Amino acid sequence: MDVITADKLTKRFGDFVAVDQISFSVKQGEIFGFLGANGAGKTTAMRMLTGLSRPTSGQAQVAGFDIYRDVEKIKRRIGYMSQKFSLYEDLTVSENIEFYGGVYGIKARDLRLKTSQLLSELGLQEVARTLVGSLPLGWKQKLAFSVAIMHDPALVFLDEPTGGVDPITRRQFWEMIYQAADRGVTIFVTTHYMDEAEYCDRISMMANGRIAALGTPQELREQFQAPDMNAIFLKIARGSQTA
Amino acid sequence: MRTIFFLLRKEFRQIFRHRVLLMLIFVMPIIQLIILANAADYEVRNILLHVIDHDLSPTSYRLVNHFQGSPHFILTSTSFNPQRGIDAINADKADLVLEIPAQFERRLLRENSAQLHLNINAINGVKAGLAQGYANNIIRNFNQDIRAEWLGLAAPPQPGRIAITYSNWFNPEMAYSAFMVPGILVMLVTLVGMFLSGINIVKEKEIGTIEQINVTPIRKSQFIIGKLLPFWIIGLVELAIGLGVGKLIFDIPMVGNLGLVFLFAAIYMLVVLGIGLLVSTITETQQQAMFISWFFLIVFILMSGLFTPIESMPLWAQRITWFNPIAYFVEVNRLILLKGSSFMDIRPHLGAMVAFAFTINGLAVWNYRKRS
Repeated sequence: MDVITADKLTKRFGDFVAVDQISFSVKQGEIFGFLGANGAGKTTAMRMLTGLSRPTSGQAQVAGFDIYRDVEKIKRRIGYMSQKFSLYEDLTVSENIEFYGGVYGIKARDLRLKTSQLLSELGLQEVARTLVGSLPLGWKQKLAFSVAIMHDPALVFLDEPTGGVDPITRRQFWEMIYQAADRGVTIFVTTHYMDEAEYCDRISMMANGRIAALGTPQELREQFQAPDMNAIFLKIARGSQTA
Repeated sequence: MRTIFFLLRKEFRQIFRHRVLLMLIFVMPIIQLIILANAADYEVRNILLHVIDHDLSPTSYRLVNHFQGSPHFILTSTSFNPQRGIDAINADKADLVLEIPAQFERRLLRENSAQLHLNINAINGVKAGLAQGYANNIIRNFNQDIRAEWLGLAAPPQPGRIAITYSNWFNPEMAYSAFMVPGILVMLVTLVGMFLSGINIVKEKEIGTIEQINVTPIRKSQFIIGKLLPFWIIGLVELAIGLGVGKLIFDIPMVGNLGLVFLFAAIYMLVVLGIGLLVSTITETQQQAMFISWFFLIVFILMSGLFTPIESMPLWAQRITWFNPIAYFVEVNRLILLKGSSFMDIRPHLGAMVAFAFTINGLAVWNYRKRS
């Protein structure tokens, strides 16, 4: 079953075509890497899929719902986490959990249960009453991810979730992603780290608003006759610059 | 409903955690109220007086004495040269120069009329006007005194002499705090409503959490209510505190129905919060929101009748105040508290406020939708 299907999805800002007729699909439980240089159109594509931005043309379905007509239904079934601004720094750890759990309609009893479960999984019981602003970045990102999937979404969008985080924390973060994927949560992730791209089931690489490459890491290495993702990325990025 | 509850709890937690904001909401207004209500006073004392007495007669001496006896004037210098008087004004050593011509007493006795000349420093028009008024009063009293004396106590009063007695309605002691406090209270709740609501929404834009909110099932209407309702409540609480302080410290009269004050305030706050929301839709940073709110606030306050009567503004400016919500509330607050006006009396104001609330909020929501 496909959690995302996009068909010739396009977004124009005046004369500028930010996303140019991209078509792809993402299967349930898949870890889908969404790569591309800065300005390639990743963020715009993601904003359309999360209902933040209305496409100029093309079709797409997310979690079984149309992105034009059923934005509100889509929002209940997706999670979202961005690099910087997911949590309120002037609220405590447990207040953030309660707030986001609450707005997703988790019932009071479940919310209490989930909060304590989440805190113990992350080993954050000690700092439950600490303001999020005073936590190290790595902890914040792990907490933000847990909060983003607390309401058991079909699909979670991660926008450069590991930016600025140390390698050990990044490793731990990816273990959390794998655990979530094992439970059937589809992961849609953008990243600038090419080693992380190798962890994905499938990858798309964008350049100039189009999808320049799409497939498993193995397939892409063969197609581009490159030893690793980094080399493929450079080939595509350079190609787009000369074009 | 539940979503709004979670939003409200979040907002209140953030507000009450923010110590500077708390001070801004609850401590500063009280201090402002106390200082402004005491400082803003239309009565002018200590008018510096320069006397040029060319006559040097007992009568002119008595006139000068009258001035010295007034609480409004301080005799600072005398001379015999009009130019010295002008110099004193130029040097800011005199506000008023009283010039008594030679032959003053004799003319008064013989011709039954005499002239005096007053030079007034009119840099501050209000002060100049009041100085002239006080001076006229003193001269008139002096005139009556000497006439009574010359004609003798037994003599009948001059025909056509009119004695005027005053009684000041609705503010019998002419206490300026009674006049100022209701107006200043309006300014304070406006500050909270307009500044903090707008800035609070823009803050989410600035730090980026609004993106996160936008991908959750929170509806835009819920988000707006969650943002504005806390400040609506805080504004009304602040009004209650302010009224309490006004009663305790200034003993301001509360002739009318306090419920009516709060009814009007409740609708007024919707207007003010709507302006805050509108500002937040056209700005991206807290700094921008601050500047734009500040601009409107200054114009609204200066043209509200709080410090200068609207009736003394030129006609075009009076027309502008028809669109100034602060002007309505200042007037209504004074009407209810000092005069005891009823619901029927303030119906036009209330109607205007409801119309404002719909217009501003409609505009704000429309703009908010359009941009997202």
